[in-house]
Amino acid sequence: MSNRRLAPAAEQPESFAFTPENADWARGQIEKYPEGRQASAVIPLLWKAQEQNGGWLPRRAIEAVADELGMPHIRVLEVATFYTMFALEPVGRFWIQLCGTVPCDSCGARELKDMLHARLGAPGHVSADGNFSWLEVECLGACCNAPMVQINQDYYEDLTPESLGRLMDDLAAGRPVKVGSQTGRVSSEPQGGAATLTDATLFDGSRVGAWRQRFEDKSKAEGEEARGKDEAASTEARAASEPKIAKPDAGRAVERPAADAPAQRAADGDAPTKAGDKADADVLDSPAKRVVEGEPAGAEAGAQSDLPRDAVPPQPEASGASGDAPAAEPSKPDAAPSKTDPAT
Amino acid sequence: MTKILVDGIEVDVPAEFTLLQACEMAGAEIPRFCFHERLSIAGNCRMCLVELKGAPKPVASCAYAVKDCRPGPNGEPPEVLTRSGTTKKAREGVMEFLLINHPLDCPICDQGGHCDLQDQAMAYGVDSTRYGENKRAVEEKYIGPLVRTAMNRCIHCTRCVRFLAEVAGVPDLGAIGRGEDMEITSYLEEAMGSELQGNVADLCPVGALVPKPQSYNIRPWELSKTESVDVMDAVGSAIRVDARGREVMQIEPRVNEDINEEWISDKTRHPVDGLRVQRLDRPYLRENGRLRPASWGEAFAAIAAKVKGTDPKRIGALVGDLAGVEETYALKSLMTALGVANRDCRQGGERLDPAWGRAAYVFNPTIPGIEAADAILLVGANPRTEASLLNVRIRKRWRMGPLAVGLIGEATDLTYPHTYLGAGTDTLTALAKGEHSFLEILKGAERPLVIVGAAALADPAVLAAAAALAKDVGAVTPAWNGFGVLHTAAARVGALDLDFVPGEGGLGFAGMIAPGALDVVFNLGADECTVGAGAFVIYQGTHGDRGASRADVVLPGAAYTEKSATYVNLEGRVQQANRAGFPPGDAREDWAILRALSDVLGHRLPFDSLVALRRALYAEHPHMAAIGSVEQGDTVAAVDRLAGLGGEVAKATFASPVLDFYLTNPIARASRVLAECSSLARGRALEAAE
Repeated sequence: MSNRRLAPAAEQPESFAFTPENADWARGQIEKYPEGRQASAVIPLLWKAQEQNGGWLPRRAIEAVADELGMPHIRVLEVATFYTMFALEPVGRFWIQLCGTVPCDSCGARELKDMLHARLGAPGHVSADGNFSWLEVECLGACCNAPMVQINQDYYEDLTPESLGRLMDDLAAGRPVKVGSQTGRVSSEPQGGAATLTDATLFDGSRVGAWRQRFEDKSKAEGEEARGKDEAASTEARAASEPKIAKPDAGRAVERPAADAPAQRAADGDAPTKAGDKADADVLDSPAKRVVEGEPAGAEAGAQSDLPRDAVPPQPEASGASGDAPAAEPSKPDAAPSKTDPAT
Repeated sequence: MTKILVDGIEVDVPAEFTLLQACEMAGAEIPRFCFHERLSIAGNCRMCLVELKGAPKPVASCAYAVKDCRPGPNGEPPEVLTRSGTTKKAREGVMEFLLINHPLDCPICDQGGHCDLQDQAMAYGVDSTRYGENKRAVEEKYIGPLVRTAMNRCIHCTRCVRFLAEVAGVPDLGAIGRGEDMEITSYLEEAMGSELQGNVADLCPVGALVPKPQSYNIRPWELSKTESVDVMDAVGSAIRVDARGREVMQIEPRVNEDINEEWISDKTRHPVDGLRVQRLDRPYLRENGRLRPASWGEAFAAIAAKVKGTDPKRIGALVGDLAGVEETYALKSLMTALGVANRDCRQGGERLDPAWGRAAYVFNPTIPGIEAADAILLVGANPRTEASLLNVRIRKRWRMGPLAVGLIGEATDLTYPHTYLGAGTDTLTALAKGEHSFLEILKGAERPLVIVGAAALADPAVLAAAAALAKDVGAVTPAWNGFGVLHTAAARVGALDLDFVPGEGGLGFAGMIAPGALDVVFNLGADECTVGAGAFVIYQGTHGDRGASRADVVLPGAAYTEKSATYVNLEGRVQQANRAGFPPGDAREDWAILRALSDVLGHRLPFDSLVALRRALYAEHPHMAAIGSVEQGDTVAAVDRLAGLGGEVAKATFASPVLDFYLTNPIARASRVLAECSSLARGRALEAAE
């Protein structure tokens, strides 16, 4: 990473002001903080300003946010230059943030970097067609699926130079793309599907039953009473020699049984493994996969994949969505073009 | 109080002390860069690491409280080791990290010789580096005319950032970027806007921020250092005047907890080049409308010829803003001997009368006393420009806890939040009548403080109204002196102490400078006024400014760095300036000039040396002998007397006498550095007005 500076004056817009909707949204963010702590809203506001300005932060936006929050300009500049998620120079329609931290690096981020270098040139420059710009950033927190990139708001994981190239071609051409793992891996489970905990007896209760049987047989053989006495004696002796501080459970989070887990099903007398679960473990069609595809999670996740891929998508709700900014709003295709137009 | 062992020495310290403070109590030296007693704790340089028994790794002693230390297994006091192997290794490691990117340019670095990093690398570092890669290169920044940057040297202690944000209250500096790319800069490299910005160069522990005006000119070991006091404003900040040979090279602050702590304003720090140029280095005589160089004898003869044929009622004496007590005393003695009653020192037109008592014209609560106040009313005062360091103290008080500040006068940014009440005398009247809720705050305060600024001193009725208000809100009690006058000139309080005001039937300042009022005017350094036509003006001063250009005889005197002189600051604190160099050319110390002149005029003053002068002065004014202390007057009686003056308050708007902070006296006006500061400040003011 190199020094981050504001874009040259020639690229800076003359002025910046939040659109009425964004200004409303910003007020909502500011209201979350107590009087005198309004500066806490600086990151959401900068993020919104970046979104409104076509994905990058101009000088006037930094000043507008500073003035709105009553902060000295330098304080907001400090924040904007600290985080690489704030682009200080114009970005392409698709802004690729390539993770270059150790796990990604050891899984091949360097090849991705070389590929991006070859295809797009030096980082921080918008490609000639205006489609792409890229930047190597520090850990984006998807190490299990390394190497990965963030393109605008979405993570694309398990990449190879070829799959990243295809992805970029698809994005540029406006074809639908798959968010998340590009090898079809489900969330962050091992590559090629589950390799451990595959024994069916783990889930049908038969193992637990066998162990219990063994203890029951043993205690019957030794005599219940003798064992009880021994246990009591040894516990008392231990308590005297190694006093331990009691750990009261009051106020602690209590673990509740999962609603739909193999063990729970076994306890309820059902078959611990649902029919077809093993088949679902196939990466192409698993429950987790279905979550990603939006079936159980419903409208919110579905909206994600409906995003117009050629537009700069809106930011996710920063620091917790508030009621006045509905989550469904980003999916409105008619709202998107005006947000991407830098002239507005 | 908590017991703690430091290197085996048990000390008993308050629980909220940091380990660093506890170690210092025990006499152990802890190296540090980012930590500064008067700034918030940052804990980012890691130089102060010490071994704490029981802690898994060394702890940063500046940011670790004594109360957070765990006792030993059997309840022994916690133990800190500042000389152990772990501590030594930690310090060496930190120093090696700091030096990874620090350039080895000590031979050309202005900080060389008084550099914390240099000293601590010698004391706590190792002799070589294991780092073979290239060092980081950082672009230089423009952050103003007073501080030059060499950002390669920056170790990111953020002292400068914290100083401007906390003490100065003008947060212009910040750290942009992160990690290795962190850089200290101002927003888009604009000049810093604080009138205290020079202090960031003092605070910088390395050579990243160095004073720009004396760049590459001096080395600390070639300077002779003289402890003195500042005369640029009435605060009387403690300074150290560094001279090389006979030339003053720089002025640095000295610690004086009662006045300036360890900061000074830029006007105090940078009149240095003004001390060299525009100097009056020989007497001048006006002949045919032009001043020509003359000898002392000629000049004195011309004065004697003029004075001897003049009625004492047509002679007057003025004392300006920079005169020391000694020369004021000498001038007063001479004028008394001549039978002259026309004398005045109140160049700003303040209608203060020493007859009201000393407490009526000094800043009674004293500067440290501000920290005890819980509500402040500023009447016709802009402390930020009139007494910057006093403003710093008010800001310090505001940072300590809730403080209500009300301002009547010019609307301005005082660097702390305040209630703007109004612009003129009618607001004061309305406030006194209870037409403003701020009166309730003042009345509810335990120790309210009323500060009357120079702008409110032109009318005794306003002063009386302010005093009555102070009395009304309970600002003046036997236990609390909550009434203070804010002067702007270093000479003023001393001259008022000497009663340098019109004698029986004498004319005041305005009367004396009126055209045709007098035949002979003796002007001791009054440059903010022009004596009217008709008078024969004898100007004694240091710089070719307004006073000298109107003069008929110019007598070259010594500036404050060139004489031993007593000054009384606005609190009434008597302080002595010391000689760091000699006056240029034929210029002489002012009291000696007056002594020589008195001989020529036939009224020889009864002292032949400074010691004899002071002996006479102390006999007449015993409080002048108490250097460094404030003689508290009877504030209750003085404020009663002031309030009793009464009078109709004329409707007027308060206007500060300090129009341009950087150019308030002839020395400052001669300085190019301060001229640049002034033009930048004007630009900022214009921009703000748009």
